[in-house]
This record gives sequence, structure tokens and C-alpha cells, in this order.
Amino acid sequence: MYEFLTSMELYTFLKGPMVWVAFSVFLSGSVYRVISLLKLARKDRVVYPYLNVKYSLRSLVHWLVPFGSRNMRLHPWVTVFAFAFHLGVIVTPILLYPHIALWHDAWGIRWWSLPEKIADFMTIVVLVCCAFFLLRRVFASEVRFVTFPSDYAIIAIVAAPFLTGFLAFHQVVDHYRLMVILHMAFGEVMLMAIPFTRLHHMFSFWLIRAHTGSEFGVFRHSRDY
Amino acid sequence: MARMQRRTVADLGFDETIKNLSPDKIARTIRYVLEKEAAARLKAYVDTCIHCGLCNEACHFYVSYDRDPSYAPVAKVRQTIWDMIEKKGKVDPETVKTYARIGFTECNICRRCSMYCPFGIDIGYMMILVRRICGLLKVAPSYLQDQGYSHMYTYSQSWVAQDDWVDTVQFVEEELRMNIKNARIPLDKEGAEIMYSPHSLEAKFKTNLLANIAKIMNVARVDWTMPSFDGWDSTNQSMHLGDHETMGMVERMHFSAGFRLKVKKIVTSECGHSFRAAVYDGSRSLGWKEPPITYLQPTQLFFEFVRDGRIRIARKIEEPVTVQDPCSIVRNRGLGGMLRSVVKAACEDFREVDPCLEHNYCCAAGSGVINYGPPWKFLRMEGGRAKIRQLQATGAKIVIAPCHSCHKTIEEMIDYYKADMHVMFISELLVKTMEIPEDMRTPEGKGSDQ
Amino acid sequence: MNDVADWDWAPGDKCIADVADWKRRFPVVHEYTVTNDGEKIAAIVEQGNKAVTVCVNGELWPVVAERAWSLKFSPDNRLVCPMLREYEWSIVVDGSPWEETYDYVWNLTFSADGKSIAANIKKDNEFGICLNGRSWETRFTEARDVVVSPDGSRTASMVKVRRVATLDIFSFAEGVITVAVDGEAWERNFLSIWGMSFSSDSRMVAAGVNLDRLTYTVAINGVPWERTFSHIWEPLFKPGSYDVFAPVKIDGLWTLAMNGSPVWDNSFVQLWEHRFSPTTNEIAAVVAVQFGKWTVARDAVPWGKTFRDAVLAPVFSPDGKRVAAIVKEDDRYTIAVDGTAWNERFDMVWDPVFGPDGSRIAVKAERKGAYFIAVDGRPGRESYDYLWPPIFSPDGEKVLIRCIQGGKYYRRVRPVSDV
Repeated sequence: MYEFLTSMELYTFLKGPMVWVAFSVFLSGSVYRVISLLKLARKDRVVYPYLNVKYSLRSLVHWLVPFGSRNMRLHPWVTVFAFAFHLGVIVTPILLYPHIALWHDAWGIRWWSLPEKIADFMTIVVLVCCAFFLLRRVFASEVRFVTFPSDYAIIAIVAAPFLTGFLAFHQVVDHYRLMVILHMAFGEVMLMAIPFTRLHHMFSFWLIRAHTGSEFGVFRHSRDY
Repeated sequence: MARMQRRTVADLGFDETIKNLSPDKIARTIRYVLEKEAAARLKAYVDTCIHCGLCNEACHFYVSYDRDPSYAPVAKVRQTIWDMIEKKGKVDPETVKTYARIGFTECNICRRCSMYCPFGIDIGYMMILVRRICGLLKVAPSYLQDQGYSHMYTYSQSWVAQDDWVDTVQFVEEELRMNIKNARIPLDKEGAEIMYSPHSLEAKFKTNLLANIAKIMNVARVDWTMPSFDGWDSTNQSMHLGDHETMGMVERMHFSAGFRLKVKKIVTSECGHSFRAAVYDGSRSLGWKEPPITYLQPTQLFFEFVRDGRIRIARKIEEPVTVQDPCSIVRNRGLGGMLRSVVKAACEDFREVDPCLEHNYCCAAGSGVINYGPPWKFLRMEGGRAKIRQLQATGAKIVIAPCHSCHKTIEEMIDYYKADMHVMFISELLVKTMEIPEDMRTPEGKGSDQ
Repeated sequence: MNDVADWDWAPGDKCIADVADWKRRFPVVHEYTVTNDGEKIAAIVEQGNKAVTVCVNGELWPVVAERAWSLKFSPDNRLVCPMLREYEWSIVVDGSPWEETYDYVWNLTFSADGKSIAANIKKDNEFGICLNGRSWETRFTEARDVVVSPDGSRTASMVKVRRVATLDIFSFAEGVITVAVDGEAWERNFLSIWGMSFSSDSRMVAAGVNLDRLTYTVAINGVPWERTFSHIWEPLFKPGSYDVFAPVKIDGLWTLAMNGSPVWDNSFVQLWEHRFSPTTNEIAAVVAVQFGKWTVARDAVPWGKTFRDAVLAPVFSPDGKRVAAIVKEDDRYTIAVDGTAWNERFDMVWDPVFGPDGSRIAVKAERKGAYFIAVDGRPGRESYDYLWPPIFSPDGEKVLIRCIQGGKYYRRVRPVSDV
């Protein structure tokens, strides 16, 4: 087992074909989920007729700016952790130098990367946030009441690539290639999980907010933040 | 996993009705509603909710019940919709009773939580689905079910016979003439500007409220009318019962009355749910994007009267006054500003409530809960604690509540919590403070308070 | 004088009554009502506390009552008013009360020719209908609404067959509501009834009935269709036949059904107010082709143009070729004819009135409180303080205008071109 996990074949597979697979699943799965939801919304007759760009943006802005909504102000710690977490989760992998190097090797494209120390810091922030979310699930009764095993799984899916990436980069663990392999594997799992788990909220967030924001603005003449 | 702890309440609408349910019927009904009737919204909400629990603060039940997690909005979804989906509807009658208890008695569909969910998930919509399912299975509080049946026959919530309605109007008109010279309540006046559509209670036990409205209409010299035929009553408890069919029949009857009388506007009573039913649930279920006839809540009408000088305030109330923002008219239609405008015009000392406007707490009696009768009164009293504390904190002695449910339950809470205040409708406030024009004064009334 | 051809169609103005004077004579004057031929105007007038009577063309009825309401002219120009005298209600026709008295009278209704007068009545806490002075022999726990048969000989009402205590949800669920025709209740009871109508030979009655949740259908003389639907609107008999048509909801969409089976091959977000052509087999109905998009469909084919607020019941021209309806958009009303809306918009508009050959449409319309007649979308020159819907002369060349102007009620006959 250990030999397999550290084998060059697995490494090559995860670095090559599996990346294609993961991105394909992520992209096509996400597109499929979004399109099927948009189609289904037609059956829900009351969604499209009320959609409104101004109020969709109003809603999105208030929920994308830290403390822009009343509930964020009521939960300052959650707000800080949630924003730090989402920033880290999205920005770090995209602007990480080793990732950009891979893109450059394969496609010849490159872009600005985060300084190493900042990238490191953001990774730690993501992991700390994951720990925070985990502890919240365990100790906050209102969250525990609605927590299912899948909720822990989702935290694990997100935390794993960051943890293994951090360990691999700093070569904390003896076997460097094992960590890289685990990192790639977990990263690919996370990508593929997005369309098929509640991580899908990275897309549905925009759609639901647009609907709710429009409802409140156009019809209810109230604020949803 | 924590189990919800609830006191046992005997209600034939729950206890007897579940005896007639077969597992097959339950499963068929759940699947019909969740798979055939619900579509994108349900799917998006269920697939998106990350179980973060951030909606909890939004719920007045959660706040009032000392942050009991089982009262959090998401917890109610977990115990109903998620459970149905997970079990594919294969649940026993006892579970349906639990669903019904949550859907009917522990959520007022005030929709405050959709303002607190980071995604904007409309949890109220999911609770409406729960009510729809339980309503189709006839498992619902017996008082509400009774009113739903009343709508089926009378299109009114309180079994008002057609002659009783007309007789009451004529009686109120006669009484009104004690105060307002030659006052009229014209029935079936084609081409009037406004059709007033009362709450059925105004035709039965609270005719004084109808008299107040009539008085204001006469003083403001409005061209108004009411239908003598069915469709006069603005209430729609079928909406709360998840009986969309009867809800639609009631609203169609209601708007047909407006079209038949050729009115420009329909004004509902100082009621929240009937306004919501007409402008929102009812209109939409019939295919109207907005109500087909301009539909006003009295708050809007009175605002216009005061703004345009059709009603003049003779003497302002001096005691400190605050307001209750009814969810159905404020969060659902943004009328909080107009409410304050009228109240400030008629009162010297207005005290703002915190939180206010669309962030205001529900009174715990909305969406039919006010009507569930004595067995469920405790629910409103305990669930409304956040509300009464909020009102007490203003130091006001009078609460203006332009909604029958809010009005009644706050009045009862004042008694329950021994609070030193009382509740008034806006119409009561105006009748107390408005000037009666010289030519309308009578020797009996001398134009003073009724 | 009931035949339009017999009316005075000589062009000119006739001042029938000085209604402003009525307001000086009586402290309270109720709403005015006029005859179809325009020759009479009447109103309930109050002479003092609980001294109410009726004023017709300035003359008072000899009857004085404590209360009166619902004053109406029948289509054959009789003046009818429910009046309360000495704590008992009766119906007073042209100043003469019926012998029967009641605890209450409401829903005053006429047959199409006006020969029959019917109303709901309550007597000794039992409910029924009175027709031409005679009330049903059988009375019920409650009765609501009156439908009079085309020949005027029969009446139907929606009745509650037995008393059910408030909160007795189980008894109500068994069904206690049905239709009674001439005092005889149908054998079967239902949860609710929507819309009652007679066949054109007055022999059959159809009604929308609710058997259970999501189980709606049509019952004819008490016998439901075999097929049920998730919802239903009012059924109507096709004139001259026993075929019953009703809008029905199937899988969330509405279509038109005949005798229990869908007959339109497409379906709509909403469908109601179906009307039969007077000359062909065609049916027109109000439909929502999409959420919030309303129009008229003729034999299932919707007009191309849709309207956002509402569309009211379609009206066929006498030759059955054209269909017009009141349409509402952006809170303004107008008339649409065969899918094309008039350019003029009004604050309010009344039902379109076709000329005899169907080529012209006249309506009563209102803008900023002023009433006027509009013909084929062109507003008339004159405006009025009040107005009743226009009526075309039999040759279609003239219009009868019944109007109040400067405190006087006029009967005017004008050439159509001169409105």
C-alpha cells in the first residue's frame, strides 16, 4: 500500500490524466448543475418574472462586503472567519507559485503569484478556519442540532488539500512524494466534489441571492440584509 | 442528536386526523408536493444550505425560547423537509403530526430568516410546503381547519351568512349616524374609487372596527363601497392551511368583486395575512404578477389621507407611543415608513422600537397561529417574549399595530407579562385624534370621540 | 317597452329629472339607477331617521320603510326594492310590496327578460329563495347566491343541508354543501361548490364541486363527472345543448374540458371566464399564456398580444365574428378587439357594447372622474358627471346615452358619428 501511494506511476497519473478528469468533472458537473437549476426555475413560475439586476447586485454587495448585513454584525467572529476562509480557499490555490508553475509547464501561461510567506499564512488561516467551523459544529448547540456526518466530511474535503499541501511544501513529513501525491489526490477530490455536494453553493449562492434580493427589492420593498 | 422537547397539546386536528392516514397516502402526498409542485427553489435551497445555523437569531421562537436549538429556522427544516426527502416520504402518521406541529405552530412564516441566511434561502417557503403537505393530509390545528372549511362555503373565515353581513353593515351605518351626520356605507356602488374589504371579525364581533373605518372614510369624503355579495371578506386562512385551491377561489372571488364594482383600489382591513394573501400568495397562485387591482393596506390609505390633508389631526396623543411592524405589510411590502409617518402625525411622543422595520420581530401569532384557539395560546405567549420585551424597552404606553393578529396577541401578552401598555389600530388612533368637519357633526356625537 | 325597437330613437335630448333637486329635498340620497330605455331614474331617499322611500323621476313611492337597499330596475323596467317595514323585509315592486315577508332579503336577481324576480330569503332562521313573491317550500340551514333559469321559472342556490357546529371539522369534511334547485337539494353533498348555471332549456343545473383535496369536478343535476381534476372553475352549458364546459387544472396547467374530458389541446397558466359564440361553436376565454401575461384565447388559440395586469371576460359580437374584452396594463384600462388594443387608455372602462352588425363598439369610460362614451377607441366629445353604458339603436346608427350633467339626468339619442 505504502509503495503504491508513493509510486512514481501514481504521481504521474495524478499529475497528468487525473487533473484532466478532475477539471472536466468539476467544470462539466458545475455547468450541468447550474443549467439544470436554471431550467427547473422555469417550472417555478415565480422566479424569473421578478428578477432584477439592481436588486440582485444590491443583495450580493451587502453579503459580499464584510459586515454588510445585520446578521454579520450579530456574529462578528463567524463573519471574520467566514470571509478569511473563503478568501483563502479561493485565492490561495489560484495564486500559489507551485500551481502556476504547473500551468506554465503544461500550457505556457503564467500570472502573478503570492509571496511565499503570504501564501503560507493564508493556508494556515484556511486550516484555522476549518478548525473553527469544526469546533462550532461540535460545541455550538444550534449548529450541532443540524449537523450530519456529511458536514464533517465537507470540512475534511476542504481542509485536506490545504493541510497536505502545507506539509508537502514544507517537507515536514519524511516522504515528500507521498505528501505531494496525497495533496494532488485530495485537491482533485475537492474539485470533483464541488458540483455534487453542498460545496455547490459556490454557484448557487449567486443564483439564490439574485432571486431573494430581487424578491425583497422588487416586490417586498424591503432589504434582505 | 438532540430531540425536540415539547409539551403535549391535545388538538383533534392533529390527534384524530392522523388516525385516517395510511403510509401509502402519506408517501404519495409528500412526493406529490415535493416532486410535482415544488421545483427549483426547493432543490436549490436543500442542496445549498450548509447547515451553518446562522439563521437562528432571526427566529423569535428561538430567541424567546432561550436559544433552544430546535426552534432555529434551519432546525425546523431539518425536522421536516430534510426528513421527508431522506425517507422519501415513507414516514408514519405520528411523524406527520410532528411535521404539522412544526409547520403550523412553530413557524409564523414571517420570513425574517431569509434576511439572515447568508444565501438568502427562503425557509418560510419550505414551511409553506410543510403546511401544504400536512394540509392535504388534513392534519392541521382544528381551529384553522374549521376556518379553511368556512372559506370553502362562505369565502369568509368565520361562517358569516350573507344576510348577516349586509344586516351588520346597515346596523353599523345606523349607529355611525349618532356621530357623523348622514354617514353612509354604500353597498355595491359601481364605479366607486375604493372597495373596502373588511376582516370577517368586523362583521361579527368587532363591528366597532368597521364603524371606525366607515367614520374615517366619511370624514375623508372618500367615494367608497363594499360588496354585499361574497368576496367582501379579505381574510384567507386557506393560505395558512396550504389549501392553495381554496385560497385561489377566495382571492378570485375577492378580485372579481372589485372588477364587478369597477373600483380603482381595494383596501383591506388592518390585517396582515389578508394583505399578503391578496398581493402575494393568492395573486401569484392565480397567475397575476402583481394584484390585478391596486391593493392597499389601510396603513397606505391613512398615510395618503394624512399627507393630502383629507384627515386633519385635531389633537395629538401625548403618551409615548411605539409601533409594531407587522411582517406581512412591512417585511413583505415595505410599509413601515408610512406607518411611522401616520403615527408621528397623530402622536407627540413616538418611540422607535429596536430592531425595527423589516428587522422587527414577528409577534408569534402570524400565519394563522392567532386562530388556533386556547390549546395553543401558550405558544404565542411564550414565543412572543422577544416581541413584548422589545416593545417594553421603548417605554411606550401605546403600541400601534395595524394587524389583527399582532393586535390581539400583543394585547394578550400585555396581560400575560403584566406590561403597562395597550394596543391600538391606526384607525382607532385616527378616530381618537382626527377632526370631524363642522358639517358632519351631530348633536349626539358633537364630533367628539365615538 | 322592453323591445329596443319600441324605444324612442328620435335624436335629441330629454331631461328626465332634476336630480340635484333631490339632494336638496332629502337629507340622504342613495345611488341612482336607471331603466335600460333611459326613461326613468330612481334612488332610495331618506326623509329622516328610519323614514326611507324611493324616488322615481321625482315622484315618491307611497311606501315608507325603516331600511331599503339594493334598488334595481328589472330588464322589463319594473322598479324593485327590498324594504324593511315594521321589522319585516319584503320586496316592493313599483311601490307595491309582495305579501310574503322575511327576516332578510338579499341577492335580488332577475331573469333575462325581467319577468321573474328572485332573491335569497331568511325566515325563522331558515334560508331559501323567493321567486315572484313565493318562497321555496323547503328551506335550509343556510343558502347563498341565487341563479335564475333562462325561462325564469326555476331558481338554484348553494345550500348547507345540515347544521354543523363550529369546530366540527369532521362533519364538514363529510360534505354538507350542495345545490338546491326549486328548494330540492341534490342527493349528493360536497365540500364546496363553485359556480352554478342552468342549461338553456332550464332543465339542468351544473356546478363545480369539490369532493376532496385536489379532487374537483363538475356535477350535473347532482351527478359528478367520472374524471376529477386538481382544480376547477365555473361550468357552463353550451347554449342549446347539454354539453357542459369548464376550465380544469391538470398537472399544474389549465385547459378547457367538455363533459369530463379536455377539449382544448393546449393548456395555460390560467384559464377562466369562457364564453360561447352566439352563432358558431366557438369558445373564447381569458387565459394567462405565461405567469403574468394575460390575453383571450379563441378555441384554444391565444391572441398574440398579452396584457400584464388583467383581462376581463370576453364579449362576442352579435354575429360571432369579433371578440372584445376589457384589458388592463400599468393600472390603465382599455378595450382590446381581436387581439388589438385601442390606443386610448382610461382610468376605468365598462364592458364593450357591440353594435347590431358587430362593426362598432361603444363603451362607458372614465378619466379623472369625468365620464364619457368612447366609440371604436375614440373618446366622445362630451363628458358627464355620471353615465350608464351606451346602447345601440336596432339599426346601429344611433346611441342611447343615459347621463347626468349639471345636476340633471338626461336621456339622449345621438347618431353614432355625433357622440
